Amino acid sequence: MANTNKKFVAPPHGKGGPGGGGPAVLRGGEKPKDMMGTLSKLLKYLGKYKYLMLVVMIISTLSSIFGIIGPKLMGKATDVLYAAVENAFVTGKIVIDYDALFKIIALMIGLYLVSYLFSLVHGFIMAKISNSITYTLRKDVNEKINRLPLNYFDRVSTGDVLSRITNDIDSISSSISESITRLLSALTLVIGSVAMMFSISWVMTLVSALMIPASIFVISTIVRFSQPLYKRQQKSLGHVNGHIEEMLSSHTVVKTFNLEDDSMQQFDIYNNELRENAWKSSLASHMMMPLTNFVSNIGYIVVCIVGAVLTNAGRMSVGDILSFIQYVKNFTQPIQQVANISTMLQSAVACSERVFEFLEEEEEEKDKEDAASTENITGTVEFKNVCFGYEPGQKVIDNFTLKVSSGEKIALVGPTGSGKTTVVKLLMRYYEIDSGEILIDGVNIKDFKRNDLREMFGMVLQDTWLFKGTIKENIAYSEEDATMDDIIHAAKMSQVHHFVKVLPKGYDFELNEETSNVSQGQKQLLTIARAFLQNPKILILDEATSSVDTRTEVQIQKAMENLMENRTSFVIAHRLSTIRDADKILVMDAGRIVETGRHEELLAKGGFYAKLYQSQFENQQDD
Amino acid sequence: MKYIYRHIKKYFPLVLLSIVFLALQALCNLMMPNLMSDIVNVGIQDYAMEIANTADSAAKELLKDQQMQYIVSMGGKMLLLALATVAVDLAIHLVNAISGTGMAKDLRRAVFAKIESFSSQEYSEFSTASLITRTTNDVQQVQMLFTMGLRMIFYSPIMGIGAVFMAIEKAPSMTWINVLTVVIAAVLMIAMFILLSSKFKILQTIVDKINMTARESLTGILVVRAFSKQEYEQEKFDSVNREYAKTNLFINRVMSVMMPTLTLLQNIVPVIIIIVGAQQIAQSTMQVGDMMAFIQYSATILASFMMISMMFIMLPRASVSIKRIAEVLKKENAIVETENPVPAEFDRCTVEFDNVSFKYPDGEEYALENISFKSNPGEVTAIIGSTGCGKSSLIQLIPRLYEATDGAVKINGINVKDFALKDLRDLIGYVPQKSQLFTGTIQSNLYVGSESATQQDVEKAAKIAQAYDFIMEKEQQFADPVSQGGTNLSGGQRQRMAIARALVKNAPIYIFDDSFSALDFKTDANLRKALSENLTEANIIIVGQRVASIMDADQIIVMDEGRIVGKGTHSQLIENCTEYQEIAYSQLSKEEM
Repeated sequence: MANTNKKFVAPPHGKGGPGGGGPAVLRGGEKPKDMMGTLSKLLKYLGKYKYLMLVVMIISTLSSIFGIIGPKLMGKATDVLYAAVENAFVTGKIVIDYDALFKIIALMIGLYLVSYLFSLVHGFIMAKISNSITYTLRKDVNEKINRLPLNYFDRVSTGDVLSRITNDIDSISSSISESITRLLSALTLVIGSVAMMFSISWVMTLVSALMIPASIFVISTIVRFSQPLYKRQQKSLGHVNGHIEEMLSSHTVVKTFNLEDDSMQQFDIYNNELRENAWKSSLASHMMMPLTNFVSNIGYIVVCIVGAVLTNAGRMSVGDILSFIQYVKNFTQPIQQVANISTMLQSAVACSERVFEFLEEEEEEKDKEDAASTENITGTVEFKNVCFGYEPGQKVIDNFTLKVSSGEKIALVGPTGSGKTTVVKLLMRYYEIDSGEILIDGVNIKDFKRNDLREMFGMVLQDTWLFKGTIKENIAYSEEDATMDDIIHAAKMSQVHHFVKVLPKGYDFELNEETSNVSQGQKQLLTIARAFLQNPKILILDEATSSVDTRTEVQIQKAMENLMENRTSFVIAHRLSTIRDADKILVMDAGRIVETGRHEELLAKGGFYAKLYQSQFENQQDD
Repeated sequence: MKYIYRHIKKYFPLVLLSIVFLALQALCNLMMPNLMSDIVNVGIQDYAMEIANTADSAAKELLKDQQMQYIVSMGGKMLLLALATVAVDLAIHLVNAISGTGMAKDLRRAVFAKIESFSSQEYSEFSTASLITRTTNDVQQVQMLFTMGLRMIFYSPIMGIGAVFMAIEKAPSMTWINVLTVVIAAVLMIAMFILLSSKFKILQTIVDKINMTARESLTGILVVRAFSKQEYEQEKFDSVNREYAKTNLFINRVMSVMMPTLTLLQNIVPVIIIIVGAQQIAQSTMQVGDMMAFIQYSATILASFMMISMMFIMLPRASVSIKRIAEVLKKENAIVETENPVPAEFDRCTVEFDNVSFKYPDGEEYALENISFKSNPGEVTAIIGSTGCGKSSLIQLIPRLYEATDGAVKINGINVKDFALKDLRDLIGYVPQKSQLFTGTIQSNLYVGSESATQQDVEKAAKIAQAYDFIMEKEQQFADPVSQGGTNLSGGQRQRMAIARALVKNAPIYIFDDSFSALDFKTDANLRKALSENLTEANIIIVGQRVASIMDADQIIVMDEGRIVGKGTHSQLIENCTEYQEIAYSQLSKEEM
């Protein structure tokens, strides 16, 4: 049916299919690319704790050794009892050597208590280490955000960075420290158990050693068999989830175009395919436990029989059988554990890889040591032969030259997506230009400290950015030590004061997490107030107010006009009134500056601007 | 629960079978130590005693042969048992895999089908993201519960109870040891649960806070840098990060006390058994083999008990998922199809709002109040107003994405509720605010409009929608791939695709919900021109923000706060409607009016 359905073309397989970029939970098991490299980086993070780690390793090794001695002592205790029973064959009376028994038992209890103590210390230290690593990694990642050039965030989505900060780091901390120490104690346990087994009976040891290749064979066969099945399952899961996500997020279209039946048909195809693959994969991966259990049961039986035979031949004691059984368990368990730990380690390393990848991203160029002072800046701006492209080889801005005197108003116009904000971003040095220079009061912007440079600018953008906190905190974001009078003055100038007054608690009114308890227009006014308080030399304004009701829009316009007075301003213009008043207009199209000049000049030129202007009001002129 | 039960009950015989198998498997596993204790008690001890008490060396040899035979035959029994165990175990996994994935399949289908029947009303109640997780992750959780959890839930108790019986049988006098250990373990677990459950909740809120703080500094990256507030943001993050580390450390510490304590308990129990057992062996009331078996059964009891308590950690997660799925399944649809639909085959349609009021299901106030107007075929009706004035809600009432609370929406004089939903929606070419394209090709997306369209129809629609040129510039033209949501096209291109898709449908009514916003002025103008030239018979309803886009409409409806505040043409409204004047003045300078 899939092929006859014109509406939903089956997704391309592999990369780019639905679910391919879905949330991490929906993706399959991840595999690290460079296991050793990443592990060594992780070890570097652990390096600060190398002495503590050493202590932990010694302690966990010791406590495994004590654990190994335990069964041997248990066997000895059993032997004491059995000896008493055996004596009774002759004497007819059971007399237990309580002295010997209690000595052994006292030793056992002592050992267990010491090992308990060690485990406690081990646990406490590991908790400390893994928590500190989580904390440090998170801190590093968060601080890294501020040092990355902006173009990184053009490439990588917010969700991606967030999942590195939370999910990835979580899974690193929970598994790395655990698996490293557990691997060590598992290893000690295996080696120690083997040693003890040899000390009891080398014949039985060799017999049970045969189980190792057997279990390794079983495990590897199953893995080889189940891996492709698992991959197939994950792929069909991707198809199903992708389809669900797509249909549900486009539900208005599904409804209005009557696509429910088609969508259901396609869903059934994917869903049945998933079921078919899922049960096979589930069965295959769950076969591991029964089969390895079977192998270890065989080992158990062999130990019992061979042990009984050897005991009867007088070469072994009953207690030895008991301890031997425990050792066999001790040493098959870690083998299973190692398989678990290795998958855990693998996913942890895959996560660390993502975190380190982020931490190793190239950073912004460092500020100059002898940076220029920004005091007494008048606000003249000059672009000199500026070339810029977001990617190497691409030229968005080509040999652009412009001189702006202090207090002038520059309008940036052009269709949506034409790159009006690019100019602004270059000016604030969010991006580095490829060649040429940008000067403020004759000083190259590269010679200022980035933070000083940016403090010269006031910025009001279309997507307002406010945070959870009071109105006061949000306005005073630019100037933490502003007085209440300053804040109210800025609020009055930007038409904020009268709406804040009527809010409960006034300036202490708390914005919620989504900052949705004030309107879009009010948010915009608040960012204007923020800029007022900052009192910048140069202004960057985005006029778009499309998501705002008309009355607020008038207020915003007024507030912006107040703000622009006596300041050099760059306005991303959407209004003709602004454009006409501008001292210079930069016309942008397809990411390039195509024309510059005043309104009348540009109209007379009959170029792109003239067309843009006319098409906008075409109907009017027809009337 | 019953909503879920209905969809999965056909798998219950399989679940029952699986439980029977589990019991069988537990039995097999419990027999093992028993056989071993027989080997020790009979195969070693009893024969040894007899051999010791026999003087005749020939008889001794005979006894030794018998002893050997006994041991080997017991070994054979154990082997058979091991084989039976693995066979049963595999059978369990087979049954669970089949029933678990089958349930997941049926449940997923049921949930998806139910959601497909939802209107925008239910979508806004649940939120799309939550509906997606319910169909994907939550169903997956239920599958996990049945493929893996079932085993844990039933096997451990069966095993534990079985071990208790076996232990009692081996040494009834030592039962108190098991009771004592289970009580101690239970107290420890409860203590841990009390200590940690509140902390886990707190931890979750801190994780949310970390997310929020990091998200804030990511989305505000331009602003943070503009105001040089990097350090401030870092400090803010640091304080949450510290809080997380502190809480987590506490949890880890409690855990790292708990685990070794349980291990200690496990280790000490055999020691106690030996001390107590020694006295009983001395009094000949117990055999050494029995004591050895008792030690193993005690270990099994303790292990099962710990497994059971693990379940209490796992079950709540699954039960949350089950609850979330049930919420979807039991939701009653807000929009119900009429049983006797009126046929809806029209070439020309009027749309009429007759005193319509509308309230969102969870809303307190009316989003629309007393809306009355009529739009005619061959005319353009434009609706304008500030954000949140209700214009989008208004047009969504026409294809019944939402249901009018009072009054009636009529097409050709017939209430839209009297049509079959499918017929009603066939009358409408709808262009949503978000373009919402599907994975596939340009072609497949346009065919969504009508499966029976010809290539000419599609091309014509693309031309009217001003999409033809950019499509032809693509490498594979109409066959060029479109990724999910159309992310490989620009906003303007997506919008034109959505318009073309609606045009392919060739419907008598067209609704454009703010569909020109991503177009530049020039394309916007060309598009409107092409629309008015080609759709001469259609009833066109446009929702817009730009005055320039709608000023030549035959009828403009101005809305404010859910009410109609002006109705007329541009020139009429500019004279007598203050709200319209405000909007117009803010967008056009006086001379342009």
